[in-house]
Amino acid sequence: MNVTTASVQFTGSAQSYLSPTGVEVAFILIGLVVLGSALLVVTVRNLVHAALWLVVCLGGIAGEYLLLGAELVAWVQILIYVGAIVVLLLFGLVLTRAPIGHTDELDVKHRAPAVVVAAGAAGVLVTVVVDAYRKVWLEPRAAVPLGTGAANGAALFKYWVLPFETLSVLLLAALVGAIVISRRGADGDSDEPESVGTD
Amino acid sequence: MPQFPDAVSNQNMTNWFLGSFDTHIPWWFILVVIKAVAAFAILVVLTLFNIWYERRVVSFMQMRIGPNRVGPQGLLQSLADGVKLALKEDIVPTNADKPVFWIAPLLSAIPAFLAIAVIPWGPAVSIFGHWTTLQLVDLPVGVLYVLAISSIGIYGIVLAGWSSGSTYPLLGALRSSAQMISYEVAMGLSFAGVFLYAGTMSPSGIVNAQQHGWYFYMLPLSAIIYIIAMVGETNRAPFDLPEAEGELVGGFHTEYSSLKFALFFLAEYINLVTVSALAVTMFFGGWRAPVPISLWSGANSGWYPMLWFMIKLLIFVFVFIWLRGTLPRLRYDQFMAFGWKVLIPVSVLWLLVVALFRQLRNAGDLDRAHAVPIGIGIAAVFLLLVVALEVRERNQIRRTPPPTVPDYEPLAGGFPVPPMPGQSAPAVPRRPQFARTAAAPAPALNGTTAEEASTR
Repeated sequence: MNVTTASVQFTGSAQSYLSPTGVEVAFILIGLVVLGSALLVVTVRNLVHAALWLVVCLGGIAGEYLLLGAELVAWVQILIYVGAIVVLLLFGLVLTRAPIGHTDELDVKHRAPAVVVAAGAAGVLVTVVVDAYRKVWLEPRAAVPLGTGAANGAALFKYWVLPFETLSVLLLAALVGAIVISRRGADGDSDEPESVGTD
Repeated sequence: MPQFPDAVSNQNMTNWFLGSFDTHIPWWFILVVIKAVAAFAILVVLTLFNIWYERRVVSFMQMRIGPNRVGPQGLLQSLADGVKLALKEDIVPTNADKPVFWIAPLLSAIPAFLAIAVIPWGPAVSIFGHWTTLQLVDLPVGVLYVLAISSIGIYGIVLAGWSSGSTYPLLGALRSSAQMISYEVAMGLSFAGVFLYAGTMSPSGIVNAQQHGWYFYMLPLSAIIYIIAMVGETNRAPFDLPEAEGELVGGFHTEYSSLKFALFFLAEYINLVTVSALAVTMFFGGWRAPVPISLWSGANSGWYPMLWFMIKLLIFVFVFIWLRGTLPRLRYDQFMAFGWKVLIPVSVLWLLVVALFRQLRNAGDLDRAHAVPIGIGIAAVFLLLVVALEVRERNQIRRTPPPTVPDYEPLAGGFPVPPMPGQSAPAVPRRPQFARTAAAPAPALNGTTAEEASTR
């Protein structure tokens, strides 16, 4: 009902400067940028440069969300991932050890198992997503009403309330854990070597 | 009587000039380009104006005169400074990470410009006979967009500090990233109350929702929290720790010069305008006329709203300057404690209260006769809570025994260090060569006694 009228409106309007194929082309190009920058994150030998490529990668994903009509998710992605998480990462790097130039200790010894694990995880995710959306055709222009704040809020707090609350409990547990770990050193005898952080 | 051709050509001028585009470029595109260029120009001119404004106002507050030579009342001083800055040598430190050193000022300036795009400067007006609102884009999640874009601006500062390869900029970058992340949380929480009241995240929708009363009256605590957070977010005095001149020699931009430095300067002043514009939009009615003027029916139509918006904006800029001229800089730990232990808990509690009121209103259980006593009760409980916490804090301070201060070591850790609080440096005799026989030898800085030094 709504979807069909919306698609008619958007394709018929003079303001649709990106044709549907244009959207798809842009989507694939940004996807290539995301993939390339993700590879650079793990191959670049400078820690801060790696963090910056991570910014490009996450920002590109926000662009993909925008192309799919998920406006709210796109800006939240930038606000949280680009604006908070990677900034915190950079903060930690700058605070501890981020020399200008190459860092040589970045290579891991167990390269082959790491590749296997990464390929396995990627395979599982791709299979699940492809299988789940095999028969779904998403019209990007028609998806705009689904991406608004109201639609997202309704979906989140009506149908996905339980996972949402579970996630918040998980985050709370992580927070409490972080406080416990950081306080253990402060309260105990500072002369004893701490076992925290060796794992 | 000769025919006066100008009248005719003036009439057709718009058609001749813009009509030639008509077949190729749609009108909405031309309007968007015009508005974008206008927004850019307004931001740059406002920056030049605000620098002059700040210097003059601070001068008057300090009983000086300020810049008054270049142009009328010194108005062109900032322009002259800008040209001078552009002609200076562009120095890149040897230790710098060159590409990041280049990108940092851009990452600082570009988001600053982008954020203004969603701010409504007025209602629909006629430009070349076409109706359009004085707003570049009306995003449904516009306020979120501003928050997201301004959070990108942090990168400029952090990367500038890191890539300079120098100590003071690094310290400035550390301070600023911690500061901006902390105050962003309070900022976002203060907006949540407005979203609950307006029912939308679009700036134009929020301005429309303030038709019958500004949110400053309805959500005073949100407005106050936002105003404090915005000063922290823009790194302005009294929260200008990232570039504390006395401690960090300018902070993150110590190593920058010429146009790269100018970009940081530009970004700072544009951010000043952006956060002020956001404050006006969210809490002070946006482009709506203030009360006595709003009785006139034409006050909120045509181009007048832009004037009201500009006046409100400049009042906010004045408040920024006033703060700078009045308050001393906070110590870093006080500042962080204030952000995390006061601003964020208070905004969370306040958000709960707002949500409760909103829900009761929506359910229809709350009329004015009940709302006022409940509001007063909540305010009283809140005040009691704050007082109780403060009393507890003071009691704790009184009960804790004074920490045992170790004796003063002039060379703790191998470096000459100043005495800590509670310690006092031994008095240095005025003339060591005469005092040596009378008093005990003063600790020399290189760790040897005076006698040893003299025998070398």
